[in-house]
Amino acid sequence: MNRVEPKPALRRFHQARWDEPILFELSQPGQRGVLPPEVEPALSAAVGDVAGSLPAGIRRDAPPALPEMAQLHVLRHYVRLSQENLGVDFNIDVGQGTCTMKYSPKVNDQIARSHKLAALHPLQDESTVQGILAIIYKLQEMLKAISGMDHVSLQPGAGSAAIWANVSMIRAYHAARGDTARDEVITTIFSHPSNAACAKTAGYKVITLYPDADGYPDLDALKAAVSERTAALLITNPEDTGIFNPRIDEFVNVVHGAGGLCSYDQANANGILGITRARDAGFDLCHFNLHKTFSTPHGCGGPAAGASCVTDALAPFLPRPVVAFDGQSFFLDDDRAQSIGKVRPFYGVAQNILKAYAWIMSLGADGLREVAEIAVLNNNYLMQKVLEIRGASAPYAKGKRRLEQVRYSWEQLSTDTGIHSEEIGYRAADFGTHYWTSHHPYVVPEPMTLEPTESYSQADLDEYAAILRQIAEEAYTQPEIVRTAPHNSTVHKTQPEPFDDPAQWAVTWRAYLRKTGQMKAAGGD
Amino acid sequence: MTLRPVVYPYIPNSAPEAKAAMLAAIGARSIDELYAEIPDRLRLKGRLGLPAPLLSEAALVRHMEGLLARNTSTREALSFLGAGCYPHHVPAVCDEINSRGEFLTAYAGEPYEDHGRFQALFEYESLMGELLNMDVVNVPNYDGFQAAATALRMAARITGRTRVLIAGAVSADKLSMVRDYLKPDLAVDVLPQAHKTGRVDVVALEATLSDAYAAVYFENPSFLGVIETEPAELVVLAHRHGALSVVAADPLSLGVLKPPADYGADIACGDIQGLGIHQWFGGGHGGYIATHDDPVFVHEFPSRLFGVAPTAVPGEYGFGDVAYERTSFAIREEGKEWVGTAAALWGITAGVYLALMGPQGMTELGAGILQRSRYAMGRLSALPGVTAPFATSTSFKEIVLNVDGTGKTVAEINRALLARGIFGGKDLSAEFPELGQSLLVCITEVHTQGDIDRLVSALAEVIA
Repeated sequence: MNRVEPKPALRRFHQARWDEPILFELSQPGQRGVLPPEVEPALSAAVGDVAGSLPAGIRRDAPPALPEMAQLHVLRHYVRLSQENLGVDFNIDVGQGTCTMKYSPKVNDQIARSHKLAALHPLQDESTVQGILAIIYKLQEMLKAISGMDHVSLQPGAGSAAIWANVSMIRAYHAARGDTARDEVITTIFSHPSNAACAKTAGYKVITLYPDADGYPDLDALKAAVSERTAALLITNPEDTGIFNPRIDEFVNVVHGAGGLCSYDQANANGILGITRARDAGFDLCHFNLHKTFSTPHGCGGPAAGASCVTDALAPFLPRPVVAFDGQSFFLDDDRAQSIGKVRPFYGVAQNILKAYAWIMSLGADGLREVAEIAVLNNNYLMQKVLEIRGASAPYAKGKRRLEQVRYSWEQLSTDTGIHSEEIGYRAADFGTHYWTSHHPYVVPEPMTLEPTESYSQADLDEYAAILRQIAEEAYTQPEIVRTAPHNSTVHKTQPEPFDDPAQWAVTWRAYLRKTGQMKAAGGD
Repeated sequence: MTLRPVVYPYIPNSAPEAKAAMLAAIGARSIDELYAEIPDRLRLKGRLGLPAPLLSEAALVRHMEGLLARNTSTREALSFLGAGCYPHHVPAVCDEINSRGEFLTAYAGEPYEDHGRFQALFEYESLMGELLNMDVVNVPNYDGFQAAATALRMAARITGRTRVLIAGAVSADKLSMVRDYLKPDLAVDVLPQAHKTGRVDVVALEATLSDAYAAVYFENPSFLGVIETEPAELVVLAHRHGALSVVAADPLSLGVLKPPADYGADIACGDIQGLGIHQWFGGGHGGYIATHDDPVFVHEFPSRLFGVAPTAVPGEYGFGDVAYERTSFAIREEGKEWVGTAAALWGITAGVYLALMGPQGMTELGAGILQRSRYAMGRLSALPGVTAPFATSTSFKEIVLNVDGTGKTVAEINRALLARGIFGGKDLSAEFPELGQSLLVCITEVHTQGDIDRLVSALAEVIA
């Protein structure tokens, strides 16, 4: 036998392409996927047909037109769809910048699946839930240490929900002081859009600061913006550029000087664990995303978990209840007159709280610092590789190190070749990886945001950079390949028009059938 | 003796050899050089105050299992707790699919590399659309609270009005969240349930309504399990005053109950936790909002809406975001409220559940819960001193029992039940003082006749 040739420089990837129909097309009359428990004949005889005796005004006339499928066929369909998806478990997931795509340890998932958590009801007697209350309490204590803040609520369901909770607490704080003329919130364009959007929803006018020539939020612009109307500053640091703002405490002082509060968006905390804390810069509130920095799996977009951290001055306004400890037992402190109330049912996403707690326990103080340091090391390594690629640049802070991520620009490549950043992303799918541009608006032209967390090795980063180099090379030499991508993915280029045209868009199968003239009797109505 | 530094299994470049090679590659002498931008005055002095780590997986598992052992789960007791978090059977295939790393560890990928997530969530929307008889359903938001609050904000934007009316029994926690979320521009008025029936008080509703209201919100079945048997009357009243009708419906009831659209509701909303998702101590929630396919409504959704479209290849379905420009992702504070990571994996799971159950399963499930609820109400309220205040109405999944006649408080009764291995119903006495000493007993398809009979005998003992 001949020796097997070495692998080519780039992986010859092809995504699963099952050519899978829509679920409804798999329906076969009479098939069942799972059977609900039967009602005992004696019980049934005792009460009769309750559903049948409902008044016509509420009794459903015909069963819902759900598909009818055997169990294996449901399983097979969804396993195929799962194979047409890229999880952290099997791709070099550095391309979803700002999302902190790190390894979510399997052991934590396995522990959380125990019925001791999965089958726990939130209203059980406190004596029967001491284990999970202990975990929530201990994670609160850990996040107090990590942020330097005095109190933590783990009730918010994710990062944006934590931003919302923080904005709501800011509103309640000013209201409690009778300081009701404060109707403005200041944020920066490189802070997550939820900062601006939550503030607006909460009734504030939003003032957005743009970066100065060096990429830092503009301190002079802040000074010009603050006034007796300033309720708060909502700011991310490091911002999505990966540039740490070294004058962040001056920003805080300016806002405090005007009587406003300061909330630190710590969604991008992966590079600063154990290095610098919200409290050290003088903040009144901050928030973390447990599904980012603290490793809980992202679940295709949730369930996630958020943490709102505050100083003593804001503590009365925390969502209720607060998980507390009296020296003997853990309990739910619900007697909080000034609380903003609930931000979600019950106490938070308990399974993710458990996973984040387990992750911190597996690392400790030195391990968390190692996470941050390696995330930053990996990022600076990848930046060096990317900047060697023709057409790529990293605007702002020339020659300086970045923290955990970089917002790059393909402006030069785009000018040279006519290929846009989005198209590079479509082509990246052909190599089995993710790629992300940036939030809107594109302040950095033709943006690309990469965040190589601590989870990746030098070889992983080399491979990702090699993919980008290949695509850039194609853009210069055979742009048609990039322009018509994806080629090796599950599907090909989708027609964009229907998504913004009310006459064509279809958010459900029934709408699709109706709008394409295929409405069948089984389709509803 | 010099200890070799810890190599962390989750951090490949924590190995000294790897770290040294990386530093050399970027021409840095030390990691600290990379933090040059963080001034000393902002640096943490010393180490974080955290517990000593459990470096081995074995030690971690032992520690975590030790903590979890201090919980008693609903598998180790007989639980009748519901009140927003429901014990329905979770088919094995639901857990199988949502545990797959391809879904569990993916995130916000685009349609080409994460086609599977887009198709699965489009199918979720489509299955919910059949259950609800509506053409537009969102990618899940956080939970039923968020769904209700956002549905009301949507109604206010659509009508241009600034008051909403919440009618009938609603949980205090949900009211708390909704009130806070609607501040400062929307006023919330509350109309309690009718004393005798537990349903919305139609006479009071008629007297209260005016042209100031953007929406009339009610739940069907209500938080207290009571079914509105003539919901169309309530919708007509709202419409007569130019208000929209927002109805929260339990998806598990829709095999037997009419969906809100069928009695004229404009926006349906609710929680999907019961659809193949465990109780998770309250960590299993996801919210749905549904409307008809009217662009005026579609443009008011804050959430993602995944749609289907042809691709360049015949026979292929492609997916993408419908009307993305309305979201805060696209236009920040100019978008509709805000959107972020919420509960996508639960949407996929709920889709799997509905595909498994099918039309027959959902019908049987609903019918069975109605029968069990009636049986439980009949037997329990036959005990001396126990009454069912809403016995003249039909209940789904939750029944209210009043124990004033036993001379005992619900707290006392629940303590005694707990000693017998039973988690009794939610104590309503603080939240609904007008109901006296009452509890909310949750009965689903997981409860057998034997379970209900056991509760009846235990309660009989406890109140004797």
